[in-house]
Amino acid sequence: MPNPYHVVVCASVVPDPLQTLEPITGPSGPALKNEMMLPAILDPWASHALYEGANLVKHIAGSKLWLVSMAPKAKLQQVMMTVAQKVPLQLVAVDGPSSGFADAHQTAHALAAAIRGIAGIDLSRLLLFGGWESASRSAGVTLQLLGEELGIVDQFQGVDAITPQEDGSFEVLERVEGARHQVSLCAGPPAVLGWATGNLGEPRNDPQVGMANMRTIMPALQRATVAAISADGLQYSNVATPKQQRQTRIVKDLPAEDIARDIVQWITQE
Amino acid sequence: MDTILFLAHTEEDGTLGKPALEALGAAVELNQTLSGTLVAALYGAKVQPAADTIASCGASRFLAVAGEDFASARYATDAAACEALLRAAQATIVLTAATSRSSRVMAGVTHRVGGCVDTHVSAIAADSGSVTLTRWFYRQRIEASLTRTQRPWVLLLDPGAHAAWQGQDASGPITLELITVPVTESMKRTAVRGTITPPADQQTIRPDAKLLFVAGAGWTKKQKDGQTHVPEAETLIVDFLHKSKASLGSSKSLVELTGENQSALRFMSHLNQVGQTGATPRHPKGLSTCCHGEEPHTVGWRFIGERRAINLDPNCGWARGKADVLYVADAFEVMSKVNALLGP
Repeated sequence: MPNPYHVVVCASVVPDPLQTLEPITGPSGPALKNEMMLPAILDPWASHALYEGANLVKHIAGSKLWLVSMAPKAKLQQVMMTVAQKVPLQLVAVDGPSSGFADAHQTAHALAAAIRGIAGIDLSRLLLFGGWESASRSAGVTLQLLGEELGIVDQFQGVDAITPQEDGSFEVLERVEGARHQVSLCAGPPAVLGWATGNLGEPRNDPQVGMANMRTIMPALQRATVAAISADGLQYSNVATPKQQRQTRIVKDLPAEDIARDIVQWITQE
Repeated sequence: MDTILFLAHTEEDGTLGKPALEALGAAVELNQTLSGTLVAALYGAKVQPAADTIASCGASRFLAVAGEDFASARYATDAAACEALLRAAQATIVLTAATSRSSRVMAGVTHRVGGCVDTHVSAIAADSGSVTLTRWFYRQRIEASLTRTQRPWVLLLDPGAHAAWQGQDASGPITLELITVPVTESMKRTAVRGTITPPADQQTIRPDAKLLFVAGAGWTKKQKDGQTHVPEAETLIVDFLHKSKASLGSSKSLVELTGENQSALRFMSHLNQVGQTGATPRHPKGLSTCCHGEEPHTVGWRFIGERRAINLDPNCGWARGKADVLYVADAFEVMSKVNALLGP
């Protein structure tokens, strides 16, 4: 079997996608209205990374999994109540902003410090996981920056599969243009993998896993280091939700033939 | 004075793809507005054909990193090539296309040169020497303009966000400044083995299609006879895609049914998904069928021009100002008639 991995999953929290988001101007720049009150979830693509990481650790003896998350501590605690029931993990909490408007460079710097500070981690065995983009900043840059900070030059984005090989190498499938996957073989860790959706469904809640996790999650939240993120030359000039409300024409009680004719005319006209 | 660097990887045949030409169009426009200096930089196995194509773009220098080591989209070698090109150009602003290849490396490159990076740029404006870009946050739900003082500033322009540069080819070969980038063994720890392409008859994602056809979970639900009709739904959808040449999208709920091995459409995968955790494609028109049209799904429609929807529920999300036309009808019946009208 391959050598064990030290999997670190980076994931922040984001507003529940069903919530309406309204931008406001806060003391340190743009923010969301009632941001601390909005129900939050673990970032969706990063959640896939967590499930894939947990699956990898489960199948390769001696591997370990850490979840490194930067978010306001109270918000992180709320989200962990659910996440803790999904897979066994060790939380490393960083108390800082989870806003999409926070600068990615400083976020990566704070996460790198948190990863370096993990007791017992072997950076030569590191597989750094996360979502290929967040549902907040949606930039896809934090993992790359973090990888560079940690000196990792084997990086993959839009990952849908990792397959460990007998010799310790692993095959990676990355999404590329035209609904294709690029296939790469990496000699082994350390590596950065920004996950797309992967192939695993969301695990069912397991209260026993939840109870075991919470024994370490609560102390981890209490130990959370505070990360201050400044604007550092970044200035927003206009932050708004799109205004293009459409005047929807509702067509009812029309025979299917007529609707079909209307659609065909529409799709064939230039 | 700003130095604007247009940076692009070449395709297998040494030419530039459409997204790269769009980024060049934006770079030329920005350079004219700022009265700056334009530099073009290319990397890949072959670069001369691309350089000859853009000879008249107004660049004062043409830089390149070329060779078989730079043929594959591999982080270590691509990052080293881009880093060398950025340093050689001494650019203040770098414009490149947000292809999968450049998106994989540009943030890392920015870190190496001490710059800053913004991705998914949808517009760039310059006023009185100040550059402002526009991009989306929270998965296309909030749009913001921003500016930065830090340089170099690397901008990745989303495909479809700017008109492609058009100009004349060079009358003769353009002179390239070739930069040598040492490739060590540690940079070859990753070997790119190729790509997996779906079979031609299962290739349902077509980025250049005029129409996006989105199928929702309703196709797999019980119909008015109390039964599901998944095989019939598959036939209708595949037949429509074949005749209309549309690109296929899906709601999250439908692709997840496929993953859970429930009765679902066999050709559907997460790659088809549009919305909060899916793609946000750009097409002139979009036709939604059996979708709820709620906010997480609708964000995937942000860059769809004309939108129509077929749904049995007149109060579905699409009726609330998200589609131009909502047909309250049975999608099975309508799409069957549409296919008949589209002919063999």
